[in-house]
Amino acid sequence: MSLVWHQFRYDQRVFWRSPASVFFTVLLPLIFLFIFCEIFGGDTIEERGNVSIATYYVPGILTLAIVSATLVSLAISLVEARESGRLKRVRSTPIPTWATVAGRIGNALVISVLMTVIVTLIGRFLYDVEVPDSTIPALLVSLLVGAFAFSCLGFALTAVIPSEEAAPAVTNVAVLPLYFLSGVFIPDSEIPEGVLNFASIFPIRNFFEALFTAFDPATAGAGFEWGHLGIVALWGVVGLLLAARFFRWAPRG
Amino acid sequence: MSNPVIEIRGLRKAYGQNEAVRGIALSVSEGEVFAFLGPNGAGKTTTVEILEGYRGRDAGEVEVLGQDPRDGDRRWRERIGIVLQECRMEPLLTVRETLDLYAGYYEAPRDVTETIALVGLEGKADQRAGKLSGGQQRRLDVALALIGDAELLFLDEPTTGFDPSARRQAWEVIASLRELGKTVFLTTHYMDEAQFLADRVAIIRDGRIVAEGAPNELGGRAERATTIRFLLPPDVLQDELPGDIGRVEVELRGAGVAVSTDEPVATLNRLTGWALERGADLSGLEVSRPSLEDMYLELTEEPE
Repeated sequence: MSLVWHQFRYDQRVFWRSPASVFFTVLLPLIFLFIFCEIFGGDTIEERGNVSIATYYVPGILTLAIVSATLVSLAISLVEARESGRLKRVRSTPIPTWATVAGRIGNALVISVLMTVIVTLIGRFLYDVEVPDSTIPALLVSLLVGAFAFSCLGFALTAVIPSEEAAPAVTNVAVLPLYFLSGVFIPDSEIPEGVLNFASIFPIRNFFEALFTAFDPATAGAGFEWGHLGIVALWGVVGLLLAARFFRWAPRG
Repeated sequence: MSNPVIEIRGLRKAYGQNEAVRGIALSVSEGEVFAFLGPNGAGKTTTVEILEGYRGRDAGEVEVLGQDPRDGDRRWRERIGIVLQECRMEPLLTVRETLDLYAGYYEAPRDVTETIALVGLEGKADQRAGKLSGGQQRRLDVALALIGDAELLFLDEPTTGFDPSARRQAWEVIASLRELGKTVFLTTHYMDEAQFLADRVAIIRDGRIVAEGAPNELGGRAERATTIRFLLPPDVLQDELPGDIGRVEVELRGAGVAVSTDEPVATLNRLTGWALERGADLSGLEVSRPSLEDMYLELTEEPE
């Protein structure tokens, strides 16, 4: 366990020293949040029980932020570490594989939690978006399930990325269209139902739904979206199995 | 001979139809610096990766530190250190941080400051790895292999791509490992490197070991004929040389002469005696035996 902590501390240091990870993972989602809320501020969404546009975009941007902190960050940094030979090298040292993996997932999880706190506070103090007390446990459970599932998918995705140069392109091809189709960037009231049904096969849409319920003032009760979270978790398990089978430690280039 | 640290018998490994390693046997003793030489694709890296536990094998027995590398566990990995052929360090961590990170993986690591000094990176301890030159990065790589205080070190082409002075520095580091009592398994393309560092070398070609021994004795090098070279003075014809100096060959577009002999002392005496008598200046005079490189080229030459 102390090994995981040791690894985690250095992974954190590397994360915060990298301008790319700080910009794309931490700042960009916040910039999007401000832009969307400023452009569409004052609007309400009838199809979602007349919630304010900010109440819609806070869980939307949170979806973006968590997927960036887990799937996108992990896929890119793992491929870089693999192609540089570092993953292979670490395998020759006594640190067990699980500790290496746990350090990285821990890092992704901590950034996800941090982003959840920041986005929620911005929503609360700038745009009057409150999290109902009753849904806080549901929000945390969704966060954990999502962060874990998208981390597994990040590990799995590296198997189809041949080189360091290809990593950002492949991960963006995997997630960008889904952000649009799933209503993360465009309110889903503007998206045809067929498209939404298609997007519902994938974890991003389901994760957004689970987060939205936690922020929705109309939510009665604890707000656990077990159906949506189940689909997210299922994708996570598929990712885990694919990663266990196809993840490579040695450079491919 | 002291304890074998590496023992290989009948090792084979094929990739599909391509047999990379075709039955090799090797033994490396404790405290020895062993150099494994061979052209690209001869099976060097495959063999090293089997020893390091990265690759499986098709046949043969392999023992590294008394254990089959296939089931090398954590305790086994505490005892080996590896420098891969290619590895870029995390560019955003400093030299000291990188070593601190790796030191944390081991139960009883070496002192970080001392290890930095050992590879000559004292002045760079707080510099990020991304800002180091290629040679300095490689020395950091060697430092990482040392940080666990392993008994056995695998260095896969540790100085490829170095400029001459960086290579010299790396050699000093590797030579100092011997003084620490480490066993070193080295692969290299550079014969001067093997000559300088190794107690024993083996040459692999097409998956088989074609020669093995001390660098000075490899392939009967010690018994080989000596070559005496000099430039023929312009006013002297080749026919005028003393007749009893052995086989004479003319090289370098007619001006250079190479005499090959099994009795270098006597031959040299006759030659210099003749030159003094005749007042001829044997400029560029040199006496040499076949270098390790000559032996290597001969042993790894593709049959015509």
